[in-house]
Amino acid sequence: MPAPIRLRELIRTIRTARTQAEEREMIQKECAAIRSSFREEDNTYRCRNVAKLLYMHMLGYPAHFGQLECLKLIASQKFTDKRIGYLGAMLLLDERQDVHLLMTNCIKNDLNHSTQYVQGLALCTLGCMGSSEMCRDLAGEVEKLLKTSNSYLRKKAALCAVHVIRKVPELMEMFLPATKNLLSEKNHGVLHTSVVLLTEMCERSPDMLSHFRKNEKLVPQLVRILKNLIMSGYSPEHDVSGISDPFLQVRILRLLRILGRGDDDSSEAMNDILAQVATNTETSKNVGNAILYETVLTIMDIKSESGLRVLAINILGRFLLNNDKNIRYVALTSLLKTVQTDHNAVQRHRSTIVDCLKDLDVSIKRRAMELSFALVNGNNIRGMMKELLYFLDSCDPEFKADCASGVFLAAEKYAPSKRWHIDTIMRVLTTAGSYVRDDSVPNLIQLITNSVEMHAYTVQRLYKAILDDISQQPLVQVASWCIGEYGDLLVSGQCEEEEPIQVTEDEVLDVLEGLLVSNLSTPVTRGYSLTAIMKLSTRFSSVNRIKKVVSIYGSSIDVELQQRAVEYNALFKKYDHMRPALLERMPIMEKTATNGPTEIVQTNGETESSVLDTKHPATVPQPANQANDLLDLLGGNDVVPVIQTALPTKPASAGGELLDLLGDLSLTGGPTPAPAPSVPISQPPFLLDGLSSQPLFNDVAAGIPPMTAYNKNGLKIEFTFERSNPNPNIAVITIHASNSTEADMTDFVFQAAVPKTFQLQLLSPSSNIVPALNQGTVTQVIRVLNPQKQQLRMRIKLTYTYKGSPVQDLAEVNNFPPQSWQ
Amino acid sequence: MQFMLLFSRQGKLRLQKWYIPLSDTQKKKISREVIQMVLARKPKMCSFLEWRDLKIVYKRYASLYFCCAVEDQENELITLEIIHRYVELLDKYFGSVCELDIIFNFEKAYYILDEFILGGEAQETSKKNVLKAIEQADMLQEEAEAPRSVLEEIGLT
Repeated sequence: MPAPIRLRELIRTIRTARTQAEEREMIQKECAAIRSSFREEDNTYRCRNVAKLLYMHMLGYPAHFGQLECLKLIASQKFTDKRIGYLGAMLLLDERQDVHLLMTNCIKNDLNHSTQYVQGLALCTLGCMGSSEMCRDLAGEVEKLLKTSNSYLRKKAALCAVHVIRKVPELMEMFLPATKNLLSEKNHGVLHTSVVLLTEMCERSPDMLSHFRKNEKLVPQLVRILKNLIMSGYSPEHDVSGISDPFLQVRILRLLRILGRGDDDSSEAMNDILAQVATNTETSKNVGNAILYETVLTIMDIKSESGLRVLAINILGRFLLNNDKNIRYVALTSLLKTVQTDHNAVQRHRSTIVDCLKDLDVSIKRRAMELSFALVNGNNIRGMMKELLYFLDSCDPEFKADCASGVFLAAEKYAPSKRWHIDTIMRVLTTAGSYVRDDSVPNLIQLITNSVEMHAYTVQRLYKAILDDISQQPLVQVASWCIGEYGDLLVSGQCEEEEPIQVTEDEVLDVLEGLLVSNLSTPVTRGYSLTAIMKLSTRFSSVNRIKKVVSIYGSSIDVELQQRAVEYNALFKKYDHMRPALLERMPIMEKTATNGPTEIVQTNGETESSVLDTKHPATVPQPANQANDLLDLLGGNDVVPVIQTALPTKPASAGGELLDLLGDLSLTGGPTPAPAPSVPISQPPFLLDGLSSQPLFNDVAAGIPPMTAYNKNGLKIEFTFERSNPNPNIAVITIHASNSTEADMTDFVFQAAVPKTFQLQLLSPSSNIVPALNQGTVTQVIRVLNPQKQQLRMRIKLTYTYKGSPVQDLAEVNNFPPQSWQ
Repeated sequence: MQFMLLFSRQGKLRLQKWYIPLSDTQKKKISREVIQMVLARKPKMCSFLEWRDLKIVYKRYASLYFCCAVEDQENELITLEIIHRYVELLDKYFGSVCELDIIFNFEKAYYILDEFILGGEAQETSKKNVLKAIEQADMLQEEAEAPRSVLEEIGLT
């Protein structure tokens, strides 16, 4: 039998094949030859044959019949055989097959071989593909080799131990003693692999972690090694572009991260070295930046001092400007991780981040988009949204859904005005309408419903949009719903925000019917339009046309449509008296989202002063005189002047009527008057606090009984109590003033003063007219801070005009229930 | 590192090293997917890709793509350095390495990789030491083979 052809020969031959079929033929021929050679148990050429088999395997051909041969090679005494045998084992065998267990004995023997290169082969194979059973059997051998003085073997044993621990975590303990003096080695290979081993152990077990922190004092050792690497001069063996062993530096930094995380002492011990690495590392090549990157990750993850954190963010900021896109990419990734904790620092780099939206690379664009959304706030919303909408227009389809959702979320949180909000929604629907998520449609509808004064504007814009394009389903669905709901506004041309369009009822119905028949409409959309048409029967006069349409669809093949049509038909025929009630205008919907009511208030119209201003109330000089009077009355010293916010000029109140969650101006009737900037804000100064103290959100069931504070001349003032949720020392009292006489009490002003140990805050009243005959009450909220939990006392002063003459009265209130101040 | 792939611009696999246990079919499927993804990248794009829960770090050297799949917490930039180090080792060993060297001597490429990386982590950070170990192992191999190959030449096997 001629000698089997050599490996190189085979490779050359196969490469001459011009077609796949030709190659396959050659391979099959050779495989047959190899198979018969294996059958003959030929020791001499086994090695060569397996090598050829491995080549063919790489080309994609099956080679499982060589598995046992690999085992035979491993068992051979010849180094060449072992080399190919172990390679074959790593390529052809996998731990799912029992065959691999046959290797265990061979590996065990080879781990104790006299030649270190054979030992090395065994360690490599075990560390690369050893199964859990093999690891269990051979862990002892690995542990022994971990303690050898031969650095060639020691470094391999360390990584093999890492693999063993990953496969069989319970065995971790057994390697602990061997780790004792690993770091005192001079050999960089051993150092590197030891750090990897220690990292693995610390990551897996909190006990190990604290052991290494406290007992072994790992941090100082690592700091010392790192320092030597940085300070020592040029070492040709480990130098990479002027940096000494960057691989080791990076691994040490990573281990330091794990040790410093959540631990003040460790973090402090590594502070200096981190600062040193951050400032001294050469940044001209990728190598230096790799180290800086790891350093930044470590600084951000441990309990570093703020100066160091700022340094880290600035490094990332510099990365963002680097020409190398890889560096920009890692910068964006890291900034995304830190944007929550170091928000302000990251904000400084906002414009660079926004520029990255225009990058060519998909991954960079995605990260820039996520980061941009994280950086949007009330201040930059307009500018940011412009950029993001531009991005939405031009980005790849894979981004559109996420971007659209992000835009909606950001708009909801920070919209400076309702009109802006609606416009933004419209822009998204018309540019990326088909990518918008399904759940956005109901959210948008709710938003539109709640923006009462924008209804006409919204429906008009939506109508115009679907005249142009009915292919984007979410847009069409929202539009149909709105037309159904507000079609009357559309036809009557009531729009104030822009030029109202002239459209007739028939034209509207044409559009909606068009949606029903169009091939572009999905069944869901058809459902929306049919319902919309039905709703218009109570808003339009062309009821007969609607009746006709509805009855046609009573026999539609689409079951959903059919059902709706049949029910609507019934509504026309048998239940016509119920129709107006059923189809009337939708009420404001309760917001069920996780955003609290505070967020909703922030979307108030622009006619109100902006959100940020509400945090800084301007107190009007006017109450000063009255406060002084009160001081005099109460004998001066034991009284704290009252902070009183002025009366509102607008009808909507901040006092007790926040049952209207949105504080929406138009709900109290009519558009808001032009803003008077000189008038101080009518809302409570601490927006969030104010809201949380409202009856609705507070725990009224605290059960403090109300009391009558004053009852004279027909004026009765009742106090009701709540506890302010965040701060139990604050009692929130709402006064209810009612008037049982037959004439109104106008210019009603309520003032209060408390002893010195208390602090009092008086919010604005609901109005200054107490209507006659108990037809209504004036409410006002008082917040009393009582840190010393003393008994609450109060002096009140009432002034009002009754039947043309001014009335003034003082009273003391002492009958506070104990629960209100305890 | 979970795996490393070397492939040509036509998508032909020249080396595959797996550090996680997978069946042959799974390996084939993953290789195909990753190769396709990397070959689709334009030159201006960055060297990092997200794929499933891993990061793919790749770099092209002449006609060969070197591609590593690393876990989420790995430092991508240092992975690029690892790839570069491997290329330098091959270059030193073969003397101005080209794709053909790796095709015809694939088993040597594996041996070199196995002296540099073990279980997915770098075991030796000194170029000199890796090359020395390979040299010694090669000599060991030659010593074992030398007498036999002479006989082979003569035809007296």
